[in-house]
Amino acid sequence: MKIGSRVHLLAGVLTLGIAIAGCGGAKVGEGTGSAAPQASSGAPAAAGTVKIAINPWVGYEASAAVLAHVLEKEGGVKVEKKELTEQVSWEGFETGEVDVIVENWGHPEEVKKFIDEKKVALSAGSTGNKGVIGWYVPKWMADRYPDITDYKNLNKYADLFKTSESGDKGQLLFGDPSYVSNEEAIIKNLKLDLKVVTGGSEAALIEGATQAQQQKKPLLFYFWNPHWLFSRVELARVSLPAYTEGCDADAKKVACDYAELDLDKIVSKKFADTGGKAYQIVKNFQWTNEDQNSVANDVQNNGLSAEDAAKKWVDANPAKWQAWIPQ
Amino acid sequence: MSAPAVPVTAPQGTLRLPRWAVLAGIAVLFTVGYLLYRGTGTLPHDDEAAPFLFINDARETIDAGRNENPLFLYLINYLRLFTAGLYDLLEVGLTALGWPGLIGVMGALGWLAGGWRIALLAAAGFVSFGVLGLWEASVLTLALIVAAVLLALVVGIPLGIWTGGSARVRRLITPVLDVMQIMPTFAYLAPMVLFFQIGPASATVATLIYALPVTIRITALAIEQVSPTAIEASASLGATRRQTLRKVQLPMARETIALAINQTIMMALSMVVIAALISAPGLGSDIVRGLSRANVGFMLPAGVAIVIMAIVLDRMTMAAARRRVSDRVSYVAAGMLALAGLALAAVLPAEFPEEWRISFAGPVNDAVTWAKFSWYDVTTAIKNISSEALLNPLQGLLTSAPWWLVAAAVLAVAWWSSGVRPALTALGCLVAIALLGLWEHGMETLTTVLVAVALTLLIGLLLGIAAARSLRFSAVQRPLLDAAQTMPAFVYLLPALALFGATRFTAIFASVIYAVPPVARLVEEGIRGVPPTVVEAAVSTGSTSGQLLWKVQLPMARRAILLAANQGIVMTLAMVVVGGLVGAGGLGYDVVSGFVQRTDFGMGFTAGVATVLLGIMLDRITQGADRRPSP
Repeated sequence: MKIGSRVHLLAGVLTLGIAIAGCGGAKVGEGTGSAAPQASSGAPAAAGTVKIAINPWVGYEASAAVLAHVLEKEGGVKVEKKELTEQVSWEGFETGEVDVIVENWGHPEEVKKFIDEKKVALSAGSTGNKGVIGWYVPKWMADRYPDITDYKNLNKYADLFKTSESGDKGQLLFGDPSYVSNEEAIIKNLKLDLKVVTGGSEAALIEGATQAQQQKKPLLFYFWNPHWLFSRVELARVSLPAYTEGCDADAKKVACDYAELDLDKIVSKKFADTGGKAYQIVKNFQWTNEDQNSVANDVQNNGLSAEDAAKKWVDANPAKWQAWIPQ
Repeated sequence: MSAPAVPVTAPQGTLRLPRWAVLAGIAVLFTVGYLLYRGTGTLPHDDEAAPFLFINDARETIDAGRNENPLFLYLINYLRLFTAGLYDLLEVGLTALGWPGLIGVMGALGWLAGGWRIALLAAAGFVSFGVLGLWEASVLTLALIVAAVLLALVVGIPLGIWTGGSARVRRLITPVLDVMQIMPTFAYLAPMVLFFQIGPASATVATLIYALPVTIRITALAIEQVSPTAIEASASLGATRRQTLRKVQLPMARETIALAINQTIMMALSMVVIAALISAPGLGSDIVRGLSRANVGFMLPAGVAIVIMAIVLDRMTMAAARRRVSDRVSYVAAGMLALAGLALAAVLPAEFPEEWRISFAGPVNDAVTWAKFSWYDVTTAIKNISSEALLNPLQGLLTSAPWWLVAAAVLAVAWWSSGVRPALTALGCLVAIALLGLWEHGMETLTTVLVAVALTLLIGLLLGIAAARSLRFSAVQRPLLDAAQTMPAFVYLLPALALFGATRFTAIFASVIYAVPPVARLVEEGIRGVPPTVVEAAVSTGSTSGQLLWKVQLPMARRAILLAANQGIVMTLAMVVVGGLVGAGGLGYDVVSGFVQRTDFGMGFTAGVATVLLGIMLDRITQGADRRPSP
């Protein structure tokens, strides 16, 4: 009975608390006192908490870890990391669950929706990293068939790429559905004898590429740089017709390579307005692909945690990060 | 067996066709139709089919109205706050105990549930979370599980009792449960984010939705199973319905209801990883991170921790169900354990000591690397043979045949096996898939599911029979099945991806591992459930052990085996989406795409519905197997 009455009490307290929290209905993402999303994180939310989305690739984690380290050390704020996929992170701007996306790969749809239309987010400038998407083959193929790295010769080798999934055409292995993709249009418009096979995840690409190089099996696949895989598996890029301004304007008519993306940081409007010094640090954060790869490599291949790898880089490169601190 | 409609009653003088002849006839007609009309009436996939766009628009509307719509203001947002509050409370409470305190409390609960053995198991299990270096993540996961299970029990047990007592309620609620259970979890993650935002609250609700059907179903089964004579006796003694429920039905159903709680916990645990995708803290996020790093050694400890948590909670709940009363000694022992833990919490450091941790990432990765490089030729051969011989022809057939021909064949087969009404339902489902604009992907998924179910049933039956016939085999197999069922698929997907490539076969591999345990378990239980008197009678009349199995045990375990087949289908369908992550394409890929791409929201949600429709169709085709004459 005792336990029973305690449960009743608890339920009563909870209901009461909720009722007080929002007479006239509970709203979302407008800082409604105890009803604000911070309450759901468990820890008491400090006045200066910056919520950084962690998108699921190591390069991103490296950037986020270094930024978080500097923010906590110099910006006087607490950083809360949230593991989220890209689009879900964008939604977080609206609900107040996310303050910063550290490495944004384009995402024109979201830019339009959350920055232009809803005005809940804005770009905080380049990270200094350049992102390149392209088609790759394992290095051994480029060695044995030197002309394979030109798209004009792909049809000649299409048979090599056949698998149980691609029927009578060669397979082009694609990754996660969230990736930017012109594959179908490129194949059609360049009249390539290929079929896109959807691997479904980054892991599918990584495992495929590793095996292809190790077992000397043919593989043509979609991939991008910067990525830690380049430090572990040798890959060769297949050149498509060079990118020219506007050649990817019409999604159905694309017949050219991907543009080099200038990766940028996206922050919530609220953080930009009230973040003060912390926001300035995020805005000033900038480094090179080499910097990111060195941290990512420590995490991926040297068994360091992201935090330790970030600390190591920060200790070794004071001049670089001190430039981010506002005067 | 009772087979009223079939040959036994056929009037004398008419030609009696054997049942298989009908099936053969259907097959012949199908082949003729296929050869004549192949390639016509196919429904190729279109990413911008009308239903997808319609749902996309609906989503935008809901999204925009989140702060004005009364449904949100007065219901959904409160539900979210309440759930978040419950989770916070549990998280703060569990964390406040400190690690020695929580270990002590778990030990104490274990002692109350089943004596010192269970106490030892519980304490050791929780110590291992610390040893694996995952103490904090484990506590967060535990909080999420407890929150979801508590809610599931509060909602599910009353509903289950109601369902068990009334045939009308059952008819009403069963299809809802079917949908909840077959709907791929991924498919409602995106709507979950839409309604409950990201974070622990929506993860709890998602877990709840996944686990609830099991609670309701098994509770209902428990109530139904209570012998009608006991209820009549109670009623004739003048007990009210309420008294009968409390004094007769519930106590008699106690063990099965405990199974309901037990299975609810297991289902909830299997959502841990998926929940991490919408920002639920805990063990799941380690696994998601390990996946993107292609690092099995990184994610395996988290997977092992989930399995250990499952085993501890499973043994505790099962022991609690068997134990009738706790004596004073156990209360004292339990109290002392809990107090000891709490006292130690005050003395020992707040964090689990670093030097007690063990890391085995290195050796695990070495082993995985070795396996994937040296088994590659064999596994590739297996994959290629099964793809060429089975998957490709079947998929080619289903996708190049006219849709009406496939529909007609499904109608005929379902009619043959289950009767008119189920056949019409099956047909309806298939037509709905076509109308939703997902015919081609639906047929691709159907191919992988059919092959996976067939394999699952074969392996599950063999294992179940073996376990029923040998106690030792059963004892060895049980923890392995537990592990296979609770180990998140992502952990073994990486090596499977390396060995089988991004193919449909990898998806089938994952489904079989996931779906075999319940099938094997149900078969084993069914065979064991055959009354010993019957078995003795058969043995005393000179049956060999083979005859005993084929003529007595399997036929008498038929209901359990059918349930096993049914569960096998459900579990296989649950893995359709995971298949989408490893190259199986089809509906699974659409669902994943719908979660990660805003513009594919409509397609993803529709693909989730189509998966449910496929599941119902398969269920209707197989459910009638019950009425087939015994072999």
